[in-house]
Amino acid sequence: MDGTNLPETATITLDVNGVDHEITVDTRSSLLDVLREHLDLIGAKKGCDHGQCGACTVLVDGRRINACLQLAVALHGSSITTVEGLADGDGLHPIQRAFIEHDAFQCGYCTPGQLCSAVGVLAEAAAGWPSVVTQDLSATPALDGDEIRERMSGNLCRCGAYVNIVAAIGEVAE
Amino acid sequence: MTVTPTRAVGTDFDRVEAAEKVTGTARYAYEHAPDRDTVYAVPVQSVIARGEVVNVDTDGALTLPGVIAAVWHGNAPRLGPADDPELALFQSRRVAYRGQLVAGVIAETLETAREAARRLRVEYAQEPHDVVLRVDHPKMYKPSKVNPAYPTDTEYGDPDAALEKAAVTVDLTYSTPAEHNNPMEPHATVAVWENDGLVVYDSNQGSSAVRDTLAGLFGLPPDAVRVIAPHVGGGFGSKGTPRPGVVLAALAAKVTGRAVKVTMTRQQMFALVGYRTPIIQRVRLGADEDGTLRAIVHDAFEQTSTVQEFAEQTTTPTRIMYAAPNRRTTHRLAPLDVPTPSWMRAPGECPGMFALESAMDELAIACGVDPIELRIRNEPETDPESGLPFSSRNLVACLREGAARFGWADRDPAPGVRREGRRLVGTGVAAATYPAYRLPSRATARAEPDGGFTVRIAAADIGTGARTALTQIAADALRTAPERVRVEVGDSALPTASLAGGSSGTASWGTAVVRACEALLRELDRYGGRRPQEAAADTTAEVEAAERLSRHAFGAQFAEVGVDVDTGEVRVSRLLGVFGVGRVINPKTARSQFIGGMTMGLGMALMEEGVMDVEFGDYLNHDFAQYHIPACADVPDIEVHWVDEVDDRLNPMGSKGIGEIGIVGTAAAVANAVHHATGVRVRDLPIRLDRLVG
Ligand code: FES
Ligand code: FES
Repeated sequence: MDGTNLPETATITLDVNGVDHEITVDTRSSLLDVLREHLDLIGAKKGCDHGQCGACTVLVDGRRINACLQLAVALHGSSITTVEGLADGDGLHPIQRAFIEHDAFQCGYCTPGQLCSAVGVLAEAAAGWPSVVTQDLSATPALDGDEIRERMSGNLCRCGAYVNIVAAIGEVAE
Repeated sequence: MTVTPTRAVGTDFDRVEAAEKVTGTARYAYEHAPDRDTVYAVPVQSVIARGEVVNVDTDGALTLPGVIAAVWHGNAPRLGPADDPELALFQSRRVAYRGQLVAGVIAETLETAREAARRLRVEYAQEPHDVVLRVDHPKMYKPSKVNPAYPTDTEYGDPDAALEKAAVTVDLTYSTPAEHNNPMEPHATVAVWENDGLVVYDSNQGSSAVRDTLAGLFGLPPDAVRVIAPHVGGGFGSKGTPRPGVVLAALAAKVTGRAVKVTMTRQQMFALVGYRTPIIQRVRLGADEDGTLRAIVHDAFEQTSTVQEFAEQTTTPTRIMYAAPNRRTTHRLAPLDVPTPSWMRAPGECPGMFALESAMDELAIACGVDPIELRIRNEPETDPESGLPFSSRNLVACLREGAARFGWADRDPAPGVRREGRRLVGTGVAAATYPAYRLPSRATARAEPDGGFTVRIAAADIGTGARTALTQIAADALRTAPERVRVEVGDSALPTASLAGGSSGTASWGTAVVRACEALLRELDRYGGRRPQEAAADTTAEVEAAERLSRHAFGAQFAEVGVDVDTGEVRVSRLLGVFGVGRVINPKTARSQFIGGMTMGLGMALMEEGVMDVEFGDYLNHDFAQYHIPACADVPDIEVHWVDEVDDRLNPMGSKGIGEIGIVGTAAAVANAVHHATGVRVRDLPIRLDRLVG
């Protein structure tokens, strides 16, 4: 902060769920706060603001990240998908349907992050990325229970919906 | 007793708000912006554990562009009396614990408010603090009752003489640490004053209670306060009573004349929203050679704050679990310079049953009796202390069903002898129980002109599936399809209802909903089916007139663990819970609740521990990086079943609450399994590596 005490601002463009936004942001603002407080995209949740819970998980250029750990100003020109962008019109994304089918949430507060993370996991496995529990590093990893549990461990759920989350993702992975 | 033809109740239903929750359109408290000028308040916490706030220098904060106000004791409006002194925000200079709110800063943006909060200069007169709980603490005293209204101590027969004479005795001390609720949604409020009234969007477990509290604090008639809470991101007790944040929001909105948003940060929650007190428990059991109990003595030592007495009912489950002619239970508290402990999932039963059910395992070993058989042998005919009949009690059925499903029959009781690779493997069992409470509530039911029905009640759905269960209950009572019923909850403008707490929600609200629906059907009858019609119900008289019975849910928890022989790392490989909970309204969401409770119990067993920083006087590990809760990879496939239990002396649905019993007994089952695996008995939770190795 300089001597004038004025917030430093910057104007950036973000593509959020296929819509272009030109916005002026406080350079201290996280992507999460810009989504929630400025764009009224309240799907991404704030559970800790410190990268410790995964409630804020969104996809930036297709990769899952914690939106609370990203300064919005550093994402100028990025494309962002939030939970609001997963459904195709009125048709739910298969992972959203599977979450309902398997009752993979209770309070629902971690759910947007779980869903975005799950979409990220499916893409990472399809792209052949191993995890710490992957046995055969040369094959495309199969998303069995252990793989899903490992890869989803950045998304905490205090309601304890993990058992159903793993089942939901497992079904979509098949 | 009304017998409603059961159609929807007992059938799997998706949550009625499921689509909103998976598309990110479900709006939680902080996500409401009553107008475009909504501003942000940031709470400022004390950095001393005891003393006084001498002064707050607000100059450095107020000169920042965008800062609107800073509120503290020196300039805050005076509030009306608060039942809970934690809510007397900025009404005194006293600091009773580190982390207590001493100021709030309000600014146009969140970023500016945070920066301004950092620039406040708070000057304290610090006094020495006392934050360590010990059994022999000089301030240890006997409270006049324990929560919510149980006797502090009970005694029957001559337990000391019976212990003296018993063929087999165990005398064991267990401890559980401070545990923090940590719902994923931090406590949050958006407040705005409109036409001399107050509207708050608030994350809570009961909007009627928050309304009444705010009305008292701000000197308003209750109907001038509206509390709206459509979606709540978990509470587990921590949102059961209003916390200081809701008062800060309302105060800040009053001072600034703006709509104000307030949220606790995750770190702030560890001091400000309650937690489960650390507890030291001594359990003494005296039995015949065959395990028949002659004496049970259970003493609990807990902490509370100097702000308010919170007396956890830790040993109350021991009053109903097992038969024994000689018995005593006690509770003692030490008021320390610590944050006020509060409700956390299954207060009483959860920590109390860790101790009792660990001790029963130790007694089983001492007697050479199978731990399931030991429990069956000590099954009481009637409530062992009150002598009242049980409305229903299926502990034995749960144990037997669980044993069959878990494969208990082949279990070799010898500890420390099963090795699989690097792991020692063991299994354990523990019983679970939780009271079946019911509280008065009101509801209305309306037959809409379009043929549908609307049911209104200020219930709270904090992730329990209450909205869905009530839809099913109403549909059956109205003899219609659930699709035709719309249930409105989460708003104090709806008919006054009890809290989502004590696993009492479905029983309390369901009774009111059934009675309102029955009244509506009578109205429709009377007017030849002409719509619209509306009817209301108030269950106060019905609940008060209920016959005196001992009403409790029971269950059996089974765990299998593997313990790494070198590192001491414990991994739970299987959990099975079998419960007797009356009629299950929605099997799909009920299963999730049991699993959720058991998952939290796994965290209690293996990882959750608030560590007191003796030097500074607060919980040191106040974030998710340091206070560990179970993550996906910690949780195995959890299996849940329930036994058929028909109990028509509970409520019109025949249901017992299910939100809390899942956490009860899990930690004991895990600790018992760890002993079976390793031969090491861990009596202090959590079961850390250093408690197993070395
Ligand atoms: S809010 Fe971003 S990880 Fe918790
Ligand atoms: S559903 Fe409540 S935290 Fe995951």
